[in-house]
Amino acid sequence: MVQLEEIRKTFPMEAGPVYALRGVNLHIKRGEMVAITGSSGSGKTTLMNILGCLSSPDSGTYRLAGEEVSNLSQQQLATIRSRRIGFVFQTFNLLPRLNALQNVELPLLYARATAGAIDRARHALERVGLADRVEHFPNQLSGGQCQRVAIARALVNEPSIILADEPTGAVDSVTSQDIMKLFHSLHAEGRTIIIVTHDQGVAAQCERQIVLKDGTVTIPGKGGNS
Amino acid sequence: MLFWTTVRVALQSLYSSGLRSFLAMLGIIIGVGAVISMLAVGAGAQMEVTQKVSNMGTNLLSVRPTRSRSQGAAGAARQNLTLEDAQSLLAIPQIAEVAPIVRDQGQIKYYEQNAPASIIGTAVTYFSTRSLQTERGRIFTEFETEKSMRVVVIGSTLATELFDTTDPLGENIRINGEDFRVIGILKAKGDRDRDNPDQAVIVPYTVAMKKMMGATRIQDIDVRGAENCDMTAIQNDITLMLRKQHNLLPDTDNDFQVFNQAELLETASEVSRTFTVLLGSIAGISMVVGGIGIMNMMLLTVSERTREIGVRKAIGGQNKDILLQFLLESILISCLGGVLGIVFGCGVAVAIENFAGYPTVLEMNSILFALIISTAVGIFFGFYPAWRAAQLDPIEALRWE
Repeated sequence: MVQLEEIRKTFPMEAGPVYALRGVNLHIKRGEMVAITGSSGSGKTTLMNILGCLSSPDSGTYRLAGEEVSNLSQQQLATIRSRRIGFVFQTFNLLPRLNALQNVELPLLYARATAGAIDRARHALERVGLADRVEHFPNQLSGGQCQRVAIARALVNEPSIILADEPTGAVDSVTSQDIMKLFHSLHAEGRTIIIVTHDQGVAAQCERQIVLKDGTVTIPGKGGNS
Repeated sequence: MLFWTTVRVALQSLYSSGLRSFLAMLGIIIGVGAVISMLAVGAGAQMEVTQKVSNMGTNLLSVRPTRSRSQGAAGAARQNLTLEDAQSLLAIPQIAEVAPIVRDQGQIKYYEQNAPASIIGTAVTYFSTRSLQTERGRIFTEFETEKSMRVVVIGSTLATELFDTTDPLGENIRINGEDFRVIGILKAKGDRDRDNPDQAVIVPYTVAMKKMMGATRIQDIDVRGAENCDMTAIQNDITLMLRKQHNLLPDTDNDFQVFNQAELLETASEVSRTFTVLLGSIAGISMVVGGIGIMNMMLLTVSERTREIGVRKAIGGQNKDILLQFLLESILISCLGGVLGIVFGCGVAVAIENFAGYPTVLEMNSILFALIISTAVGIFFGFYPAWRAAQLDPIEALRWE
């Protein structure tokens, strides 16, 4: 599903170039649940941005669901994001002026998949257990519920990968467990899930861990090759 | 679907920053208000002109001295038209009637009653050139004119002011110290130009010139062309005739002007044109200021909602989606301002009509025009902020706190 080869990314800085990624090789198969970990400065965020098609690598190839996405324009990347990627953020990032249903519906509208969008959004909310909260606005929901809405928003488009950035970072440990349970059940349905985290407890629950250090993958997880 | 969601979000965001939105709209409100009232005054003046031209017929001309510009007080009227000039015009075949006119202002007295009025000294023909008819009584005759008899036809408003319930016919009134016998009362016209007959006394020019004003010159000459005459030809003939009368050398300018009805009334509505220019410049300036206000607010909105823009981009929003969203927001705010401005402008138009006395006409077209203008302002001044929003890097935008 995800295939990275020799991905490099450098940021020019005044004090000299920062080599954020120095040749990352990574395979993630369809239906895997993978944790990407690493200390700050390891290139974790840069890797996540590239995986999420928010930015392009300087060199190397990235194939997502068989499609080469490493050299696309901003507009093409936006299209890929809307079709292939579901984002879950640490701070939920729901739009405050839209209710749960509208928040979940938005990716469908951006993907121009307007036919039956409301029903699909309602389904996604049912899937995360919020069928009774569709009309609620983000400020009327608890942190855990907000994150569920965000997860519903991420999976409503049937993306190739769900990319979660510290999804449990802003909630208490009990809620954190609920959210991980939800990810497990989505995984059980065959979805591909990538969780970027520095929480060892969360990482340990994934099928395998990919550890970044100084811009390269140091410990290839089981089943990975590099 | 996306469009309506976007509209709804835009409306909500405008609503939630109510006062700020209103202040940003203020320029547009004032600008559109000025446009609407300007067009209403303009249309009102136009309507008045058209109405009068059709009332009076198009074959009326007025000859007036050229306003002197060289001498001190600009616009002071020269006095260079004579009764002979008026007489000479009758030689032009297409001219049916000529009426010499002298004017003055004065106090009219009837016992203890006192009222100001314009005094018009003229010939019998004046009543037909100006389509004046008597409500009661009669107009004076050529005989009475020739004999300089002290008879007067009075305007309807004046009649009420002076006589209240008394019958004015046959009564004597005192005009600037001279006694005149009232022989007729005019039908009400409801005009408001300088020859408003409702507030006038009309006397034979002979009496007016000799006894009252001590004048040898006349101020205007009314000329009525024959049925189906060629007005341009008449205008030329009058010009030639009067140049001859005034012994003007070929290279000197005319010392008189010949106006047709439309031109005459346009001069009369000069004040409303001043209004139009004034309101027009207020409109223009306000629209620019209003546009800048909107741009300012939109830039603020974009920077406040940077994170939201990042999220929208991350979940698949294209640059053009973001652009459209913010553009729609600025168009909505300027259109809303436009609608409020239309209401405001209608209020101003009504006020102008009631307090300044200028007729106003609200046209559907001007309301459409105002809406188009405000939409254009929204697009023009909203584009840059929306473009900035669309160009934001999603990673940077998501990191924004």
